[in-house]
Amino acid sequence: MSDALLQTSGLCKSFGALTVADNIEFRLEPGARHALIGPNGAGKTTFVNMLTGQLPPSAGRIEFAGEDVTRLGQAARVKRGLGRTFQINTLFGALSVLDNVALGVAERRGVGGRAWRAAGSHREVRDESLELLASLGLADDAASRTVDLPYGKQRLVEIALALGLRPKVLLLDEPAAGVPSTESQRVLDVLGRLPAGVAILIIEHDMELVFRFAQRITVLVRGQILCEGAPREIAADARVREVYLGDAHG
Amino acid sequence: MPLARGPAIGYGGSARLHPAELLPWAFAIAVYFLAPSYLPLGAYVLIIILFALSLDLILGYGGIVTLGHAAYFGFGAYVAGVFAVRVHGDPLLGLAVAAAASAAFGAATGAVVLRTRALALLMLTLALVSIVFEVANKWTEVTGGADGLNSVPVGQLLGAFRFDLFGKTAFLYCLAVLAAGWWLVRSLVHSPFGASLVGARENEARMHAIGAPVYARQLCAYTLAAALAGVAGALLTQTTQFVGLSVVSFELSGEILVMLVLGGVGRIYGAFVGPLVFIVARDYLAKQSPEYWVLGIGVLLILIVMFARGGILGLADGIAARWRRSRP
Repeated sequence: MSDALLQTSGLCKSFGALTVADNIEFRLEPGARHALIGPNGAGKTTFVNMLTGQLPPSAGRIEFAGEDVTRLGQAARVKRGLGRTFQINTLFGALSVLDNVALGVAERRGVGGRAWRAAGSHREVRDESLELLASLGLADDAASRTVDLPYGKQRLVEIALALGLRPKVLLLDEPAAGVPSTESQRVLDVLGRLPAGVAILIIEHDMELVFRFAQRITVLVRGQILCEGAPREIAADARVREVYLGDAHG
Repeated sequence: MPLARGPAIGYGGSARLHPAELLPWAFAIAVYFLAPSYLPLGAYVLIIILFALSLDLILGYGGIVTLGHAAYFGFGAYVAGVFAVRVHGDPLLGLAVAAAASAAFGAATGAVVLRTRALALLMLTLALVSIVFEVANKWTEVTGGADGLNSVPVGQLLGAFRFDLFGKTAFLYCLAVLAAGWWLVRSLVHSPFGASLVGARENEARMHAIGAPVYARQLCAYTLAAALAGVAGALLTQTTQFVGLSVVSFELSGEILVMLVLGGVGRIYGAFVGPLVFIVARDYLAKQSPEYWVLGIGVLLILIVMFARGGILGLADGIAARWRRSRP
């Protein structure tokens, strides 16, 4: 087994008496296509929030590229290459699609805090953002207000914004959630074309998408890892079928 | 706060000066030559515009809702007054000292209040202006207490221009300082820094998720806004040679907010239009009805909030957009 790019050991999170993450041991390999699945309330988003620094763990350790990042803030983890998308669109709705992506690109390039030149004169930021939008089929929407786009396209802007940070690890929290079936194929196509060098952890309820996309799957139930393996192994696991289909089908 | 926003400023836009942006300056110069009897009122309007502009930077672009911005205006006014009385009467030196002191005060208080949001932020900023008011009220040996500081000595501007009875020097002095403040704010809001402020206003969680140091950026903007408000306060002290408790009141904090909403929040020029309309309307209504003029201001504000959420400039934008659409 190669060195993990992202690794947790003994990761726990409790809210009072309620434990939502219980001793999670997890590894994400470089370039991985890894899915995290589990029923509603399993603690998947909480786990991602702990990985990104949005939520401090109650106990345990998070290592990213060999460095202990458990106590680092969200911004510091992003700078090290940990990007994410959100389950519910978390975009700059009133801004143009181009500005959405450019804000991320500018931060990565270290020009986001500059005050002595107009934003529009940073051509390198604009060109890179436009290129990224074109690669996701959003070139024609660059000038549109983000909130005016169809929901499926907004999900793609979520991904574009995260890719603008050129992450080493990308955490995709239900990228196809809420997308109408007429637009979901486009999201799937984009996921299939994500850079091979980026390790991806996807949280998704759509099992068809998970089994088409992931090379490895971790099943989380009530804050604990139930099992982990290749898609075929997970599909054949009786415990997973029981969790998803109930005793009657187990 | 459902205030209509101006057009997004960012990486797809241009910061080139539009000819319409020269209108306020042309209007001010016209007032100087064509309406000399209004110069003292004009200087006051220019000062309040600078104050509103400083508020627009943090409220309109940074999304920081405050009820205490008069604390910095008043602080700058008192610093300029005390400096002139006790140290030196040079107006530019006094202005620089007031700017530096207000910036330091803004940084120190901003470091605390910006850790809060929503109602807590409102309450803290309200408490701040109340504290500064009480300090100014009770520290009589320095501030003059309820009587304020009268006959503040103000030297010649650049050693050559005396502040005259007709307010000519004061008007041009305020106009020049406002132009510098406008250029600074305009440059900032068009820069990547300004774009990131707007980003935090629109979605703070996402700004964190893209690695932006939101708190540090907001604190920088808050400090600068405090400095600009302090400069505006110092201008008032220097041009009237008086500083009293009214410059640091909660009423002034509320009024400046009302003026900005009236003009249009997050548009730069809303800070020009709002104070002008408010002060001229107040002047006119107070002459017509000294007892009930506030009622007229209230009706004006209700109409704006009900029918023009983007303020007067938002309304003008809407009309212009409809006119463009109706053209064949």
